[in-house]
Amino acid sequence: MKRNDKILKAVKHIVLILGAIMMLVPFVWMILTAFKTNSEAMQINPFVIFPSEWRTDAFVKAMEKMDFIKLYINTLTLIVLRIFCAVFTSTMAGYAFGRLHFKGRNFCFALVLFQMMVPGQIFIIPQYLMVSKIGLLNTMFSLLFPGIVTAFGTFLMRQAYMGLPKDLEETARLDGCNIGQTFLYVMMPLTKSSMVALGIFTALFAYKELMWPLIANTEQSTMPLAAALAKLQGQFGSNFPELMAASMIACIPMIILYLVFQKQFIEGIATSGGKL
Amino acid sequence: MSKVNNKEKKLTNRRRAEFVWGWLFILPTLVGLIILNIIPIFQTVWQSFYKTGAFGRGYIFVGLDNYERLFSDGAVWQALINTLKYAIVEVPISIAIALIIAVMLNAKMQGRSAYRAIYFLPMVVAPAATSMVWKWLFNTEFGLFNHVFKSIGLKPVAWLSNPGIAIYSLAAVGIWSVIGYNMVLFLAGLQEIPKDYYEAAQIDGANVFQQFFKITVPLISPTMFFVLVTRVIGSMQIFDSIYMMIGTGSPALKKTQSLVYLFYRYAFVENNKGYGSAIVVLLLVVIMIITIFQMIAQKKWVHYN
Repeated sequence: MKRNDKILKAVKHIVLILGAIMMLVPFVWMILTAFKTNSEAMQINPFVIFPSEWRTDAFVKAMEKMDFIKLYINTLTLIVLRIFCAVFTSTMAGYAFGRLHFKGRNFCFALVLFQMMVPGQIFIIPQYLMVSKIGLLNTMFSLLFPGIVTAFGTFLMRQAYMGLPKDLEETARLDGCNIGQTFLYVMMPLTKSSMVALGIFTALFAYKELMWPLIANTEQSTMPLAAALAKLQGQFGSNFPELMAASMIACIPMIILYLVFQKQFIEGIATSGGKL
Repeated sequence: MSKVNNKEKKLTNRRRAEFVWGWLFILPTLVGLIILNIIPIFQTVWQSFYKTGAFGRGYIFVGLDNYERLFSDGAVWQALINTLKYAIVEVPISIAIALIIAVMLNAKMQGRSAYRAIYFLPMVVAPAATSMVWKWLFNTEFGLFNHVFKSIGLKPVAWLSNPGIAIYSLAAVGIWSVIGYNMVLFLAGLQEIPKDYYEAAQIDGANVFQQFFKITVPLISPTMFFVLVTRVIGSMQIFDSIYMMIGTGSPALKKTQSLVYLFYRYAFVENNKGYGSAIVVLLLVVIMIITIFQMIAQKKWVHYN
């Protein structure tokens, strides 16, 4: 019995390690290639695994070809605006849907659920035409536009408020709080972790989103990172170290954030069943 | 008597206050939802009966022409097949792998959080960036995969340009990127299963595989159902990796382009918004049919307590 357990444990670790290696291969190969020369990257006989020297030339070249600082400013601005809008609208609506009883609530919440079940592409043409009509394509506003409100965020916050104990509001009311005060001073502070989860989702989604910025922000000066990579990857031709350097520059900051806030990232998804 | 009246008055006051505050709180979300989502749904359906006129001529009503064209368009049918093929490969495999990993990680063990962090890692990077890496790994001449293939005596494979293979390469990338997400949801679900079920099973002499199929699978089935429904919807909207990895001149494009990819091309490259709308309506209908089918089928396999 004891021996069997030990063997089972060893097998488990071997399987998990092999799996982890497979998950990491793309990242490792990206890093190794980014520090090579192009001829090292394309050498077949013998195949080069480690760069003979850790060169940063590819990074310098990639930075010359793409204005990553500008792209990061755009992406960061987008993320901040989206988080602000999502948290502001969703906490209020989530509280109302989760804790208040009023006529029309269920119908409105059905609209929220309906939005979540429909494939997002169905909104894109009309959204594009709206932004184009008011002449705001290629601006921060057009990037933000589809994320001004979020059905998913509303749903997530509603779940958070529904999970709070029942008599909280009663106590606040007896202390003389009206509904607005109860929300602001008593209830909202209790949903901080869900607000963080919503912030993380919103940031990740804005950072990963590709199709909308490809359509609405076609000028390089207002593109976010992902769309710029898609549009400009041709500039690197088949210079693989430069391509990998560009890809690294685009990935590493988010990976660092993830490693720092790992708990929030993972628990946010676990508790709310995120939609990414 | 007056006491009762007072109480009633308080209650109606309270109701009125909840009504006012409730609507005030949902107003921003509601207005946004109507403008950004609800109206666009109707507009898209409406638009699918129109075609974009030449410069400045607005929209021309064409009735069911777009749909007639849709049903006789071989590229659309092929795109539907591609999309379904992608989903049929990506969803079950990613769910199976994620479930196995989650079960292995659902115990006190060394390195648990490190494993979890690694498997989840692909979720936090932009597909636009990782697609470039995968494209490089898949490179026929210089890519890592073909080098490994050659070194163990296999023939190199045209991962992304062979029309018969490319869609599976894309599905492999999809599996890689989504395993961590599924795993985290399964881990959350597994934590709900009481430990004594397993202890009782062990006393009865059940081995790990019996425990997995007799205890874990039935009790995790509600989570599996949730993951299945959301992942099918997600995978049916595959676009990023095709856009990034399959060039417009690639011989594999016809056999890999999805409905969403076609929608993008028609609506925003060829500027035929009417036909693009018809394609996205088709996608909506297909997703709805599959989801309804899953809702019905769940009664056969999902166990709720």
